[in-house]
Amino acid sequence: MRAITAAEQGFALCEVCGRLGKMAEHARCPRCNAPLHRRKPHSLERSWALLIAAYVLYLPANLLPIMETRSLFGVQRDTIMSGVAFLWNSGSWMLALIVFVASVAVPLLKLLSLTALLLAVQRRSQGEPLQHARLYRLLELVGRWSMLDVYVVAILVALVQAQSLATMAPGPGVLAFGAVVVLSMLATMAFDPRLLWDIKTNSKSEKERRERERTAPV
Amino acid sequence: MTRPPHLTACHECDLLLREIDLSAEKGTVACPRCDAELYRVGRNSLERSLALTCAALVLLVIATTFPIVGLNIQGHEIETTVFGAARQLWRDDMPGVAVLLLATTVLIPLIELCALGWLLLPLHLGYRPAGFSRVFRALQLAHPWAMVEVFILGVLVSLVKLSHLADVLPGPAIWCFGALMLVLSVLSSIVDYRELWQTWEATEA
Ligand SMILES: [Zn+2]
Ligand SMILES: [Zn+2]
Repeated sequence: MRAITAAEQGFALCEVCGRLGKMAEHARCPRCNAPLHRRKPHSLERSWALLIAAYVLYLPANLLPIMETRSLFGVQRDTIMSGVAFLWNSGSWMLALIVFVASVAVPLLKLLSLTALLLAVQRRSQGEPLQHARLYRLLELVGRWSMLDVYVVAILVALVQAQSLATMAPGPGVLAFGAVVVLSMLATMAFDPRLLWDIKTNSKSEKERRERERTAPV
Repeated sequence: MTRPPHLTACHECDLLLREIDLSAEKGTVACPRCDAELYRVGRNSLERSLALTCAALVLLVIATTFPIVGLNIQGHEIETTVFGAARQLWRDDMPGVAVLLLATTVLIPLIELCALGWLLLPLHLGYRPAGFSRVFRALQLAHPWAMVEVFILGVLVSLVKLSHLADVLPGPAIWCFGALMLVLSVLSSIVDYRELWQTWEATEA
């Protein structure tokens, strides 16, 4: 059975209240008066721009220190990875694993997956849209957990001050890292998952049209 | 009106669907093509949502005013609140990170809860709240940026890291944040946006 989409029938779903409205130029939702769009406007362009910005900041986020500890023994600079190594070496394997997943694995996999989804839409690759849709849902779910290290730095810096033997200060890496998390969340939000299904719908209607043209009497 | 009767579409794959009345059943309705959650069926969630919103607001206020963790270093006790942590980041020339911390743990959850209360209370009392669609939009935009549960995990990780340096004393706010996290997750599982709009439509202007 061929799936019929709202867009093909000239309808659009309101992004605000979720009501279906008749699509036309400058159409507005009959219930809440929000502007109606068939798809998120400029979804691919916005998503690419935010994603590239996130890629650019990913390097400083991981290479620059996120925290500087000053003590009698000198200055120690910690990056994300050395923080994970510290937890691992001090015997907190479970936490080391959690921090590694949230701060290293998730951000990178998120950037790569979103790139794959964007490429799939642009190359109109005839893959399985359901797999892609599930991947997108997963991205929406896990992105926020990368904020973990920002919070850890915030709390350590507030507590380890004067009076104590050491002082901790935030390093430039934490700003870049926070920006990567925010940018990649924005890039995911800008992406319209309906584009993944449009590949199939469009190529089918395209095929049907060509079929009709071929069989039609000249 | 301009809407075809009883038609709706999936927000993730745009499949055209017939809206079914499921007033008797409970659970969630998923899209047959892409498996996305279309809507929840759990009628009359308005009252429970309102109660949980009030509880969450109280917890949020307590969680932000009391210290989260304390340190005991050679008799000196140092403790910090969320605001204290943000202030320290600001002083260390990290205003961006300070704003990010305050926004995701205090400001945005506060906006979300106030917006929810603004919408739910009048509807519960039987009249239309002012600026319904604008406040709803604010609620929708705020939702993904409230990260209380991630913050809790961050506190736990820093407790472990600090336990190598000194005696750590979990403060009262950490329990409040924990409770807040639970209330927020229950809240987001029972708030039914579709029901909200339907109630708004059914209420006299
Ligand atoms: Zn609408
Ligand atoms: Zn669907």
